[in-house]
Amino acid sequence: MLKPITALGQNSMRLLQRTGEISELFIQTIHWTFKSKPRFRHVIQQMVYFGYESTPIVLLTATFIGMIFVLQTGYQLSKFGATIYAGGISAIAFAREIGPVFTAWAIASRVGASIAAEIGTMQVTEQIDAMKTLATNPVKYLVVPRFLAAIIMLPILTILANLVGILGGWVVALTNLNLTTQIYFSNIQDFLEPKEFFAGLIKTPFFGMLIALIGCYQGFKTWGGAEGVGRATRNAVVSSTILIILFDYIMGAFILALWK
Amino acid sequence: MEIITFKDVYKKLGDKQVLNGMNLTIREGEIMVIIGGSGEGKSVTLKHIMGLMKPDAGEVWVNNECVSSMEEDSLYKILSNFGMLFQYAALFDSLNVRENVGFALDEHTDLSDEEKNRIVAEKLELVHLSNIEHMMPSELSGGMKKRVGLARAMARDPQILLYDEPTTGLDPINADVINNLIIELNEKLGVTSIVVTHDMQSVFKIAHRIAMLYKGKIIKVGPKSEFMDPEDPVVRQFVRGEAHGPITDEISSSVLK
Repeated sequence: MLKPITALGQNSMRLLQRTGEISELFIQTIHWTFKSKPRFRHVIQQMVYFGYESTPIVLLTATFIGMIFVLQTGYQLSKFGATIYAGGISAIAFAREIGPVFTAWAIASRVGASIAAEIGTMQVTEQIDAMKTLATNPVKYLVVPRFLAAIIMLPILTILANLVGILGGWVVALTNLNLTTQIYFSNIQDFLEPKEFFAGLIKTPFFGMLIALIGCYQGFKTWGGAEGVGRATRNAVVSSTILIILFDYIMGAFILALWK
Repeated sequence: MEIITFKDVYKKLGDKQVLNGMNLTIREGEIMVIIGGSGEGKSVTLKHIMGLMKPDAGEVWVNNECVSSMEEDSLYKILSNFGMLFQYAALFDSLNVRENVGFALDEHTDLSDEEKNRIVAEKLELVHLSNIEHMMPSELSGGMKKRVGLARAMARDPQILLYDEPTTGLDPINADVINNLIIELNEKLGVTSIVVTHDMQSVFKIAHRIAMLYKGKIIKVGPKSEFMDPEDPVVRQFVRGEAHGPITDEISSSVLK
């Protein structure tokens, strides 16, 4: 009888504890970002890994999502004879939600997972302890460069995703919806005001922070050898995926209320 | 002169009381070997010396400073007095030998690259290695990894060196190379060395004094001559490596309960 209540209580406590620990990691990261000059070379290294090497997967995903989105929207709109609006509607959806969220998800599964695996392996092989014995704070050395790289690179990747998504949609507009280039782009121009674009983009540094922090947190919490590293990687992807969509909703609602 | 003191240290990890009122004093310049079975808290003891773990109760003093109650910022300042060799060397996988050995120099000093490279080469020389600066840890054998780990621990000329099971996982020849290095570094540079191990051959070769950790307490401490033929049945069973005796009787009776 009491079992489900006990389980609920335990899970809630665990959730609270994790939230507290992640907040503490966030505060420490901010502290070290300003206290010690971040190593430029380390940040660049992480930016290359986070951004440059993730570009192909982001471009590929965004192109196909852009294509399918314009195709589906165009099909539904054709029922009302309004196919010409396919470009504009899709572009707004892309700029506000699809571009930022899908890019963040792609990065969470590629980079977030590898951060957790790398730091997790360092944890179980005592490399984190070794770093402390060499008088170096692991948050300063490992988290800060990843955190900064994520904040810088996620908006850039999202802009790229938005652009190629619109271009993917353009191909479909020409080939499947029988629209002309001029109609497609002028419709986008009519619908897509700069504020729509920024309403989406403003969320992305926060998604970047989430991905880097959750990956690092799960890495530091790893225990139990190779199995533990697997668990940390999975937890990093699952929790950042959920948190991204949760934050997206909260921030989306907030931005909409503030800036219609 | 005393350099490290444990005063009534208690530490619980999960459900297990790992340290249970531990008292120990380590003198400057000696090689102190702490022996004890697996899971008896030997590595936990080392982590308390470096302040990487805090005791639940009691104090750990190093160089007249209480590391157990020290704030993290002050702790990082005194950590340059220490060097530690980990059980599996714990070299940073993503850095080459030069970057591993010179890690503390790169992070905490403003020395020129030439100067840092010279120090790295000198520390590698101390552990009888040379011209391997460009190699990655994955290219090194187990024995070489430990020697590079030792060179890294020596990089900032520490006063105190800690060794966590330095000979574990090595063949007898490489294990003896490490034993000789521990003695050599102690004699040449006068560093205080604390070694935790259960390799009795190594213990009798390197130790000035030995302390035995059992059930979270130091049950015997003294020069190695006192451990050659000990009277205490627990110490005797461990030192002789016998399958039957008070330690194993205790384990089987607790399993039966």
